Amino acid sequence: MSDTFKLNVDGVEVEVPKSYTLLQACEAAGAEIPRFCYHERLSIAGNCRMCLVDWVGAPKPIASCAQTVGDMRPNADGSPPNISTRSERAVKARNGVMEFLLINHPLDCPICDQGGECDLQDQAMGYGRAGSRYEENKRAVDDKYMGPLVKTVMTRCIQCTRCVRFVAEVAGVEEIGMANRGEDAEITTYLEKSLTSELSGNVIDLCPVGALTSRPYAFNARPWELRKTETIDVMDALGSAIRVDARGAGVMRILPRVNEEINEEWISDKTRFVWDGLARQRLDRPYIREGGRLRATEWSEALSAVASALKVNPAEIGSIAGDLASVEGMKALMDLLKPIGVKSLDCREDGTKLGLAADGSPMPRESWLFNSSIMGIDEADALLLVGVNPRTEAAVLNARIRRNWLKRDLPIFVVGERADLTYDFAYVGAGPESLSAIAPGSDAFETLRSAKRPMVIVGQGALARTDGAAVLHAASAIAAAVGAFQPVSGDAGGWNGFNVLHTAAGRVGGLDLGFLPSAGGRDAAGMVRALKSGDLKTLILLDADETDLGVRSGGTVIYIGSHGDRGAAQADIVLPSPAYTEKSATYVNTEGCVQRTTRAVSPKAEAREEWAIFRALSEMMGRPLPYDSLVELRSRLGADAPVFLGLDFAPQVDASTAPPPYGQAGALSAAPFKSPVSAFHLTNAICRASRTMAECAQVARGASPLAAAE
Amino acid sequence: MLLDKDRIFTNLYGRHDWRLEAARQRGAWNSTRELMQFGPEWICDQIKASGLRGRGGAGFPTGLKWTFMPKKVGDRPHYLVVNADESEPGTCKDRDIMRHDPHLLIEGCLIASYAMRAKACYVYIRGEYIHEREVLEAAIKEAYDAGLVGRNACGSGWDFDIYVHHGAGAYICGEETALLESLEGKKGQPRLKPPFPANAGLYGCPTTVNNVESIAVAPTILRRGAGWFAGFGRPNNTGTKVFCISGHVERPCNVEEEMSIPLKTLIEQHCGGVRGGWHNLKAVIPGGSSVPLIPKDVCDSVLMDFDALRDVKSGLGTAAVIVMDNSTDIVRAIARISYFYKHESCGQCTPCREGTGWMWRVLERMARGEADVAEIDLLLDVASQVEGHTICALGDAAAWPIQGLIRHFRHEIEERITNYRLGRPHVQGAAVAAE
Repeated sequence: MSDTFKLNVDGVEVEVPKSYTLLQACEAAGAEIPRFCYHERLSIAGNCRMCLVDWVGAPKPIASCAQTVGDMRPNADGSPPNISTRSERAVKARNGVMEFLLINHPLDCPICDQGGECDLQDQAMGYGRAGSRYEENKRAVDDKYMGPLVKTVMTRCIQCTRCVRFVAEVAGVEEIGMANRGEDAEITTYLEKSLTSELSGNVIDLCPVGALTSRPYAFNARPWELRKTETIDVMDALGSAIRVDARGAGVMRILPRVNEEINEEWISDKTRFVWDGLARQRLDRPYIREGGRLRATEWSEALSAVASALKVNPAEIGSIAGDLASVEGMKALMDLLKPIGVKSLDCREDGTKLGLAADGSPMPRESWLFNSSIMGIDEADALLLVGVNPRTEAAVLNARIRRNWLKRDLPIFVVGERADLTYDFAYVGAGPESLSAIAPGSDAFETLRSAKRPMVIVGQGALARTDGAAVLHAASAIAAAVGAFQPVSGDAGGWNGFNVLHTAAGRVGGLDLGFLPSAGGRDAAGMVRALKSGDLKTLILLDADETDLGVRSGGTVIYIGSHGDRGAAQADIVLPSPAYTEKSATYVNTEGCVQRTTRAVSPKAEAREEWAIFRALSEMMGRPLPYDSLVELRSRLGADAPVFLGLDFAPQVDASTAPPPYGQAGALSAAPFKSPVSAFHLTNAICRASRTMAECAQVARGASPLAAAE
Repeated sequence: MLLDKDRIFTNLYGRHDWRLEAARQRGAWNSTRELMQFGPEWICDQIKASGLRGRGGAGFPTGLKWTFMPKKVGDRPHYLVVNADESEPGTCKDRDIMRHDPHLLIEGCLIASYAMRAKACYVYIRGEYIHEREVLEAAIKEAYDAGLVGRNACGSGWDFDIYVHHGAGAYICGEETALLESLEGKKGQPRLKPPFPANAGLYGCPTTVNNVESIAVAPTILRRGAGWFAGFGRPNNTGTKVFCISGHVERPCNVEEEMSIPLKTLIEQHCGGVRGGWHNLKAVIPGGSSVPLIPKDVCDSVLMDFDALRDVKSGLGTAAVIVMDNSTDIVRAIARISYFYKHESCGQCTPCREGTGWMWRVLERMARGEADVAEIDLLLDVASQVEGHTICALGDAAAWPIQGLIRHFRHEIEERITNYRLGRPHVQGAAVAAE
């Protein structure tokens, strides 16, 4: 039996896979099928009836979105079935549905935020009547409260139920549903509670009309006046593909782009709504601290102050690169400091025990990557989560795990916090001691071992602790023992089921660069201690806002970053740099995929890109860096670290891949694992500057929403 | 005319005891084990040969439906679901079967389940049928206690369980896939077909949904022979049928009659005729509120069966005959039916959700005369935009009565509109007072 089926669509014969829906087949034949409820990534509802087509010989027009091609039969004479999308019956059916959708839809397009990018508006142009035949009163529906992110105008709702299906299927929180029936049917949240999903903003994109729109974006801009820039996100370590819409100097909104390998077409609420943080708390010029207060100054003065602070014994200089640090910035800083003998460099602000072995030798790259790749989650048939809460640490990735669980009943075992992950799992234990329980004979071990593609995901909650290296070893040893590492054999690709999930966008780039202490150097925590004790005189914080330096008597702290957050507050010299939407910068995501941001808007006032700051500083110190442009810097980067040469793909398992286990066996403490993300909405300097995120965090804590915001 | 000896439901009026002993004396549970020993194929063949068509309204051949179930039980169990969510306005036949002859239904459940290799049967009973459920549950308990159902039912070696599930009173839950959704504990909304229930029904398992009457007649058909049943009515419209006659007749009643009985005979013989005489008849809705009405001249000669009524652009439906005499405000009556469908639309798909309300509002105005003559064609057009474009048949059911009204009584609507414009608004009941 063949896997394809022949159809005759409007006289065009096409052969399509049997798994296709008729709608897809018609599109393959070049016919345009209007739709509202159908969405490729959601289950099929078939309720809008807009996609009706005429199957010649069938008694009624059929909903093409719900008809699988494989279920169709050829004509009696064996010829392919004839489908017409233009016959009188099909046209009448579609025009009729369009009329029904419009009779109770308000004519408020001029004040509707969806205007200009509205499916109903667009399709009404093609399938609607010129005027209305409906002379009764239109229906009005009460608006519903869905939280600080989703604004509702429910009179506009056409009951396509995309939002209902999204939250139930993808987000995994059944918090939207349809109440009542018939023309009284309303989409509502349960008791008008705020949505608790980290992915709730996606319903705004899914809504084909203006019923669910972005609350922070409300009445701010029109889609046709926005400048659209395709870039990537840095709110977590996934590097989701986004589009930044800007008007003038302001980012007006952030939307997802399709990237099947990473975020498909979803993004988390933090990624989507952080944009108001890009306009607040910005560092727009250099500052120098005098008498306890920061004084605005000129670049020349600030840079010479930094240069003189760097004229101390190199052993007394340290540098910490933070969560949002770009590869270019770290590279330039490394090239500036290493030649003068600075050994204390660290990109592991959270203290994760990745990158270097106890003896200071570098670990293989595989020890800090999400080796299966994010797409690999779809192939996994058993999963062990160690000290990780993917729901808060990488919400979009969590949706992929949930899908696999929904589709294939993926067995999942958890060591760490027992949180609501939107899927069922077997709970093994809270801390490292449970790892030793995953031994031959145990349920978790045997399930993983019998799986073809077992996966182990280790989070920073398991690695950013004193016994992190031992946990890394224990977890990767489990991966090795259950056969999660399968080398390349013949034509079959390999599989490395050991994965590290990062939470910081800049971390993998730093590890790949080797922004790590050299022999005799201090790590991040060591630098903070040394600064306090006076052993360290100068500390450079590059986008590092998670470090609490505590009370110190002396030393010079230099902060380079975009926002006036914890880092700037503790610094003696503050140098402003652009945020991720304002520069072209390289980030490496958790799976090792090298990606670049694109400049969507200009940097604020006097902010300069980090590498340019270090280039200027090097000139001032009399040791100019060997590159004068970003292009030169990048070619140098590629020469020094070839991993940065290939863009936009995740590394595959090949003959050179180092197999697990990684790390060193050692004593495990009894302390339970704790996720590094305690408040999903407040994980970095940009989102802490965002009013929207603050409101979300407040709602998430259970506090009542801000009344004044409405 | 059906003779008393040929009646299947011998206690339709509840004059005798419904309990097991009395039911047995009337013939229920007689040689059930022997019938089952002929095997599932034989049962299906007999039902096919009897020409039994589904009694729930659509008239799909029951025997054929049973053979759609997989021949072998795979990894998914089979289910029989009995649709006792009788909500079609005018219909009350299943109710009498369940409260007066429940054992015929229970026996039918066993035999039908066995024929479809189902070990479990769910009876989804309408929310308002409290007493009927109590009777049915008591009868099921009797059957369990007597070993007629349960493990080794009737000594046949077949394990069979029967459960009664109480609905919550939504009309749409009588649609077979909405019924399955409701039975699964979800909101009662029809599913997309395909997949059909025989393939993926209750909990995704092969399921057949049958009307109460279709199931309840099965044992008697097997006992008395397919030929006996096929001997009533015209070809393709065979058997006996419970008719529910209501409205403007002298004695509204439920009556079991043979198929293809002339409508006039049915009304005159069993109901004492139309109120005021046959000439006072205005129109009849012959199959429950969802089918188009037929005017008196059609009623004069039409036969009560699937094909005859289809030929006059109506349908047998559930055989709920609603008789309306000349005192009826026919526009008002159809407007009321239209309101019912607007009220019961599940709201899932667009044409029905939006169209039913539109049609009802226009009809309400038309009933008062506050409309434009051109709106009659608009209404007809809207009805045709709903019909056939929806997931389930509720859209059709909402459109048909309106199409029937305009087909046969367009002149009355026009007259009413004209009168209203002339300052002579229509007053409900004025025609009766004048007589």
